[in-house]
Parts: sequence; C-alpha cells; structure tokens
Amino acid sequence: MTETTSTPPVSTDKPDERVKTRSSFRQALIRPELGGICGTILVFTFFLLTASDSGMFSASGVMNWSIVSSQFIIIAVGACLLMIAGEFDLSVGSMIGFSGMSIALLSVVFGLPMWMAIIATFILCMGIGALSGWLVIKTGLPSFIVTLAFLFILRGLTIFAAISTTNKTIVGGIKDAAEGDWLAPLFGGKVLTGLFQWLGDNGWIETFERGFKKGQPVVDGIPMLMVWAVILLIFGHWLLTKTKFGNWIFASGGNAQAATYVGVPVNRVKILMFMFTAFCACVFATSQVIEFGSAGADRGLLKEFEAIISVVIGGALLTGGYGSVIGAALGAIIFGVVQQGLFFAGVESSLFRVFLGAILLFAVILNTYIRRMITGEK
Amino acid sequence: MKKFKLLTAAIFSMAIAAPLVSMSAVAERYVLISHAPDSDSWWNTVKNGLALAGKQMDVTVEYRNPPTGDLADMARIIQQAAASKPDGIITTLADFDVLSGPIRNAVDQGINVIIMNSGTPEQARDVGALMFVGQPEYDAGFAAGQRAEKDGVKSFVCVNHAISNAVVSERCRGFADGLGVDLGNSMLDSGQDPSEIKNRVLAYLSANPDVDAILTLGPTAAGPTLLALQENGYAGDIYFGTFDLGEDIVKGIKSGVINWAIDQQPFLQAYLPIVILANYDRFGVLPGNNINSGPGFVTKEGLELVEKHAGEYR
Repeated sequence: MTETTSTPPVSTDKPDERVKTRSSFRQALIRPELGGICGTILVFTFFLLTASDSGMFSASGVMNWSIVSSQFIIIAVGACLLMIAGEFDLSVGSMIGFSGMSIALLSVVFGLPMWMAIIATFILCMGIGALSGWLVIKTGLPSFIVTLAFLFILRGLTIFAAISTTNKTIVGGIKDAAEGDWLAPLFGGKVLTGLFQWLGDNGWIETFERGFKKGQPVVDGIPMLMVWAVILLIFGHWLLTKTKFGNWIFASGGNAQAATYVGVPVNRVKILMFMFTAFCACVFATSQVIEFGSAGADRGLLKEFEAIISVVIGGALLTGGYGSVIGAALGAIIFGVVQQGLFFAGVESSLFRVFLGAILLFAVILNTYIRRMITGEK
Repeated sequence: MKKFKLLTAAIFSMAIAAPLVSMSAVAERYVLISHAPDSDSWWNTVKNGLALAGKQMDVTVEYRNPPTGDLADMARIIQQAAASKPDGIITTLADFDVLSGPIRNAVDQGINVIIMNSGTPEQARDVGALMFVGQPEYDAGFAAGQRAEKDGVKSFVCVNHAISNAVVSERCRGFADGLGVDLGNSMLDSGQDPSEIKNRVLAYLSANPDVDAILTLGPTAAGPTLLALQENGYAGDIYFGTFDLGEDIVKGIKSGVINWAIDQQPFLQAYLPIVILANYDRFGVLPGNNINSGPGFVTKEGLELVEKHAGEYR
C-alpha cells in the first residue's frame, strides 16, 4: 500500500533480526481499507436486522441503494486520488451542476448533436480542473481556498448561463435531443436488460402490475452509472497500486518537497489529479442529465462534502499521502446504504444527518487507530 | 485491544437502536415526499397536517425530502419509497422531466399516487396519479397581479427564493401577466439565506427606488424582506404582496406592511390526500376531480383564526 518495499534477506538461514516478523493474518488485516470493510459489514448487519422486511433487499430496493452508492463511488474515486496527492477539490458539487447545464444548453438551446455537447463539456470541465490545479501550484495557495472560489464561480456561472439563455433554471428536453445518439447511451443507458426481462418472465423478480409497462421487470437492467462506477474504481485502484504514476501520487501527497528532489513531477501529478476529479464530476453529471432528461442549476449541491466523507470513511488521510481507492468505494457504499437504508428502516428523516455525523466520527476514530497500528506512530 | 472495545460499543449501540426503528406493520402506510430542502420552514405545516391526518385516520405516515432540495436526489427517494411498498405515495411534481419517470414506475407497481403542491393537473394525469391537490400557481399569480393592478401598481420586483423551482417561478410570470407588464428584470434571485435575502432586497430597492410593489414567493423570502423594508423605511409605503403564510407574514398583514397574502393552505395538501387515500384503500371511494387547495387571499379582515394557527396549521 505504501511506496516502501522491504528488501528480503537474501540467502541466509537465520531471519534478519532487524526485520520484525508479522503473522500473515495480521499482514492481510492491516490495510487502509480495514475500517471500510468493518464499516460495510456493520452497516449491512444493522440493516439486515432492522429493515429486512421493508423491501430494502428486494430487487428494486437493492437497485435503489446501489445506484446511490455508485453515484458516490464515481465522485469518491476522483476525490480519493486527489486527496492522496495532497489536495482537495471543493468545487465537485458545483462542477456537477455546471457540466450538466453545459450539456443541456449546448444540445437543447444551441442545437449541437448530443455527442458533441458531451465531449465539449468534458473538455471544458477538465480544462477548468486543470486551471484550478494550475492556480494551486502557481500561487501556492491551499487548494481548499482556490477550489472554494471555484465552488462559487461555477455555481454562479451555471445559474447565470441558464437564466440568460432560457429564463429558467431547469432546462429540459434532453431526452429528445439524445434520441438516437451514439454517445448518450454510454452514460444513460442500461445493460443486461435481456437478463432482467428473463428473470422477470420467470417470476424471480418483481414486475409491473399495471400500465403500459405491465409484465416488464421493475428493475430492467444495470444502469451505465453503475458500470462507470466499477470502471472508475478498477482504473483508480490499478493506477494507484500497480503503476509508477500511483507511487508518484502517494509521494506528491506524502511529502511534495522530498518527491520533487527524487524527480517526481509533482506539479504535473497534482494538475492531472485535479483534471481527473473534474472528469469524475462530469461523468456523474452526464449520467444524471441523460437519465433524468433535464439539467438544473442547483444539481450537485453539497456533493463535494459527500465525496470527501466517503473518502475519509474509507480510510484516506486528509493531509494526503495515505489512502486507498477500494476504501473510498467502501466508504461510498456505506454512505449510500446508510442514506437510503435509514428510510427503509423507518427512521425519522430529520435524524438522517445525526446518523451521518455519528458514522463519520466513528469511522474516522476507527481509521485513526488502524493507521497507528500500521505505521506504528503514537 | 481498543478496536474490539470500539466494535463492542458499536454492536451495543446497534442493539439499542434496533427497537427504536422497528416497523408497525398493521395499519396502511403512506409516504409523503416533498422537494423542499431541510431549511424551508414552510413545510412544517405540511408535516403537521400529515401527522394529524395520520392520527385521525389511524394510519402510518412518513415524511421524506431531499436534504439539499436536489431534485435528482428526490427522484431516488421516490424510487426508494416505491421499493418499500407503501399503500400510497403523495409527492410533489416540482420538475416533470426528473420526477415523472420514477412516479410513473411507482404507479405501475400498483401504488396509489396523489400529486400535491407542485405540478399541474395535466401532469398529474400524465403520470397516472389519482388526482392533484394544490394551487394552480400561474393562475394564482395572475389573480394576484390583477388585484395589484386594480390597486394602482405599475411596476414590481419579485423576490424569488426558489429560483430552481420552475413551478414557483410561474407565480412571478403570472403576476407580471396579471399586472400587464413585462417580467423583464423584475425577478430577483435571492437565495435561501435570510441575511442574504435582506441585503439583496435592500440593494435592489436602492438601485431601483421607484418600484411600486414587492412580491415575495414564500415566508423564506417574506421575513427578511420585511426586515429590509423596516430598515430602509419603505415599510407601509411600498405595495407588498406575498405568497403563503407564516408567523412573520401574519404580523406584517396585521401591522399594515403587507397588503395581502395568498394562502394555498398547505395543511389541506397533506391532510386531504391521506384522508382520500385511506378511504380509497378501505372503501374504494374517491372524489371525482382534482382539488384546488388555493388561492385564498388573506387580508387584515378575519385574521384572528389565521394568527392563532400561523406556522402550525395555516
């Protein structure tokens, strides 16, 4: 998990007395995601006990919290890599609103084909991500402040663009604009629909009881949102743990000065991570816009904190240099399951944030102990 | 091992929490889903109406809302409510594009749906809901505009605290049309924060000192606007109309600062659907049309009963 590799004692019968042996069990147990794993088990046990008869674990119930968790995973992967690289992005939520609106305006108001609107938006957003990264590097200001500025700038621009072109803050008509487009289904489509139809035909999952969808399964496929979440998760984990670039990310966040001295291109790493975060926000927004068929100027409110919460529950260190993408994904799952599960369990909705805060606190405390066990710091 | 202590603590707290959230499975269960963020106090009346109806009809009622008012989150809540298989769902239809799909799916799963508050009767029919209970917003704004025109108003500013809610913004458009003026730049995006609203109203009025009238779209905007008018001395001089009621608004009407308030009677929007759904489930009876819960103009006359229950049931 970290960039240190221990050199094994070569061709000696006696074990090196400088190397402390650890049981393989302990070795396997002690990892950044341990807190996340424990949390996930706890959360599922809790809801299995309290909400098992409420539809939470029916096909549509599972789909519901899985989608919400996938949304969190998408933004958490970006936030996680950026946080390990030692920076924050508070503009994720505004970026979601901004990119959604950009797609809507370009396609519906300015009449670009949907694929062009999507690609242009991705380029624009990653450009903005690069700009905020560049500003952080150039000015030496904390990314907290720079991206906080972008939180306001992007949100304001979104509302302004929507109002000045359409006089409305919600721009609809995207479903029609996306009709027959080749790129849109990549974000808003569903896969494995045949399988679910088959399951429904055999009566293994619920089907609609009335209306024009009668006989079709309630859950009719895996939305692309979830596929994206899995792709980003695998990519993020592979990048972080299996590549040289991953080591650079750890090094940049752990000690940027030292990393620079050993030849790590810290600035490039950080700017790229800002761009990746923007990319993730854009994936989130595109999927949402294509699925719901409209973009709203207030979409994505507070999502930056939800991303950060997921990452922190997953065991990453706020100061950078330590964390895991798998952990962040587990954090996102915990967050999504708790958010949706409290409803199934019948908890008063105004208490939701109390639970959320308590879980966050609990997760951070647990993670701190685990990290101390790993690194040996006191 | 500290970790194990923490773990036992967690399991222990779970054991305590479990009975708290146990479900009562006997009575009919209805879920009301709104688009309002946690910060919108107006919805308290809806919650109270819901709770009262639940008690009187002896059914289980639940209130859900997206904490930040994000409509995409609200769509998830509707999907989730449908997955939990309630006997009925009462929901607002703040944005047809986002919410019609999930609502349609709930209807097709055999759940009775009533649309309340936001949306139009046509949209409610489109998604397959039983009926619409609410105030037609454009018409309400139009009626208010006509009333203001009769009182000699020529220009106005509309303080919009919910600019992302297309339906609420219709009130401004209706008012402008009723008044016979162009909406133009008269819509002020005030945000949700009280001190921001107050300062933006102050700034607008000092930049446009000859505006005849102020229209606020709810208590969230009306309270801070009242404060702003006290501060710059326009109170009582400028023509002031507002949508919806609240404690501050009632006081404003009483003191003559607010000329009228349009009451859409949110209590009825939560109370009636529960009564209707419960009776529909039990006896199969259903009123034959949509129900207009508003608009009713509240002026200085007959304020006593309103005052007594303002913010609670009115």
